[in-house]
Amino acid sequence: MNGLLGKKLGMSQYFAADGRMYAVTVVEAGPCIVTQVKTEEKDGYRAVQVGFAIAKKLSNAEKGHLGFGGLKRTRKRENAQGGSKSSPLGLLKHLKEFALAEEETPAVGEVLTVQVFSEGQKVDIEGLSKGKGFAGGIKLHHFHGGPKSHGQSDRHRAPGSIGSGTTPGRVLKGLRMAAHMGHDKVTAKNLEVLHVEPERNLLFIKGSVPGPANGLVVVKQSRG
Amino acid sequence: MEVSALITAPVNPNIPEIVPGDTVRVSAKVVEGTRERIQVFEGVVIKVRKGTINGNFTVRRIASHGVGVERTFFFRSPRVDRVDVVRHGVVRRAKLYYLRDLTGKAARLRERRLPPKAAPAAVSQ
Repeated sequence: MNGLLGKKLGMSQYFAADGRMYAVTVVEAGPCIVTQVKTEEKDGYRAVQVGFAIAKKLSNAEKGHLGFGGLKRTRKRENAQGGSKSSPLGLLKHLKEFALAEEETPAVGEVLTVQVFSEGQKVDIEGLSKGKGFAGGIKLHHFHGGPKSHGQSDRHRAPGSIGSGTTPGRVLKGLRMAAHMGHDKVTAKNLEVLHVEPERNLLFIKGSVPGPANGLVVVKQSRG
Repeated sequence: MEVSALITAPVNPNIPEIVPGDTVRVSAKVVEGTRERIQVFEGVVIKVRKGTINGNFTVRRIASHGVGVERTFFFRSPRVDRVDVVRHGVVRRAKLYYLRDLTGKAARLRERRLPPKAAPAAVSQ
């Protein structure tokens, strides 16, 4: 078991055990519930699927996967009560698979807490970066832009020439241009866990973590 | 949710109340190689920043060859061993940045003599 799903709460400062102050990102990681165990025999690979956070509503397919049964019969009752037949797993909003080590054999329904991580450990954190919209060359590719003075107008943030003339007569593929920026899957690697707080499911991570506050993040053990 | 509220850091009990203009002697723990020792830094408090985790104060002293040295300490830092207030200076502003432009005799502060302990109690009655 090498990872958890979590929520980035935001950044602050923290005095670590060495007495120094560090900029930290506080991540609420877990508790995650094991929803499925993939085995070599059945699925061809070993992994554990875990769920995190409570959803207001899930599709019938998702509910079925989480063990909510008898959909046809309960639909009417569901609408009336705003709930459904119970499942020990609950309505889990996010599902994610993690690779399993040889000796690990988790069971469905098992709860994984922040205690899978320890202080001083290195982790990789995956998040969806903040969207920046359609960005120009300067912001996206660090182009230098045009001259600010000497009679220039409208050229301050222009990309400049995008190629030659008649030969080759086209713009080369892969040329960097203005495009949509952000909202990408970004992994920050080898971040140090400064503090683990099991009572509140908190991880204090040294430095910054991709994504906005309250965004979903995946915390994984670093491969070093 | 305010993230800072999730982090508890108690104020270092070894630090007394400090106001700008005070001359203080700060004993800070420094790690040299594997040993930890205490380094004393004495000077004038030129800045106090209130705040939760980030509350800090800056001490300015004139080191050898007349070079000004400033060090900032956090009120919640566990590495501050003790702070002694040596004297109180008369100042009329909260941030004493003007001291950076003054040298020698001009950079001194007049001492503020505190009234005897009993006096404030008598006033309040």
